[in-house]
Amino acid sequence: MMTVFINGEARELDGTYNLLELLRKFSLPDERVAIELNKTVVRKRDWENIRVADADRIEIVHFVGGG
Amino acid sequence: MSDNFTLAGKTFSSRLIIGTGKYRSFGEMQAAHKASGAEMVTVAVNRVPLDRATESFLDYLSPEMQILPNTAGCFDADHAIRTARLAREALETDWIKLEVIGDKVTLLPDNEQTLEAAKVLIREGFIVLPYFSDDLIMAKKLLDAGCPAVMPLAAPIGSGMGVQNPSNLRIMREQLPDATIIVDAGVGVPSDAAQAMELGADAILMNTAIAEAKDAERMATAMKLAVQAGRLAYLSGRMPKRLYASASSPIEGAIR
Repeated sequence: MMTVFINGEARELDGTYNLLELLRKFSLPDERVAIELNKTVVRKRDWENIRVADADRIEIVHFVGGG
Repeated sequence: MSDNFTLAGKTFSSRLIIGTGKYRSFGEMQAAHKASGAEMVTVAVNRVPLDRATESFLDYLSPEMQILPNTAGCFDADHAIRTARLAREALETDWIKLEVIGDKVTLLPDNEQTLEAAKVLIREGFIVLPYFSDDLIMAKKLLDAGCPAVMPLAAPIGSGMGVQNPSNLRIMREQLPDATIIVDAGVGVPSDAAQAMELGADAILMNTAIAEAKDAERMATAMKLAVQAGRLAYLSGRMPKRLYASASSPIEGAIR
C-alpha cells in the first residue's frame, strides 16, 4: 500500500500504477486534461511510462468556465 | 471597411473577447457567445473533481473559437507558470492569459509577479497576454519582455465599475501607439466598452458583464455593437471638448 496525493487529497493505492492507469482507476477523463507530477508536467505520451510512487503529489486538471 | 484585429500573427474580425464563467447554463453561454460575435474565449484551468463525474465543458464551445486558457486563481509567478504549462499540455496551445492575483478581496493583479512569470513563459515559447494594473511603465516592461499585447484592467474583476482611470488608458495609448492594448476586466455596461474603445483600446475582454446580465444573449449583442461603435469613434477622431457652446446653426441671419 502507498499513499499519493491527487489534487491535494490523500488516496491509498493497492498496487503499482502508471499515470494512465491512475486516471482509469479514478474514472477520470484522459482527453483535454493535463497531469503534473511533483510540480512537473508529464507529457501525455509519457503517461504510460511513469509509475507513481509513495507520497507523490499529483495534480490533474481540466478546463472550466472562467474569464 | 475591414478593420481586422491581429494578435500574435492571428487575425480576428471581432474585437470582443469573452469569458466562459458564471453563466447559468451551457445553453445560455452558447447563445451569448454566438450573439457576441467573439472569436476568442477564455477558460480556466482547474483541478478535476475526483469523486464525481464531470461534463466536458469544452464541448460547449464553438470549434471555431480560439481558446485562451487563463491562470486565474494563481497568487504567485510559480503557480501561474505551472498552470500555463498544464494548459499548454492539455489544449496544445501556446496562448495564455497570464493572471497573477495579489489580493483575494480586490483581485488586483500582482504586477511584479506577473512580469516575472511572463519572462519565464516567453522563454518557453508561450504567447503571453498579461492582465495587469493600468500602468504605463508596467505596460512597457511587459512589452519589452516580449508580450504581444498588454491587458490593463478597467476596474477590478467582476466589479462592473467601468473605466476607473480613463487618463491612464489615454496615456498608454498615446505613449505606446504601436502596442496592442486589450482592456480586460471591469466593464459593466456597453457604454464602458465603448468608452474604452473610444480611448483607443484595440480590443476588450469581458465575462461578468455578459454572464450576469438578466438576458446574457441580448447583452452580448449590445456589447458587440458597443465595441464596434467605440472602435469606429476612435478611428473617426472625436471632436475637441470645449467649456463653452459652439452653435451648430448660424446665429447671424436669424430674424430679429
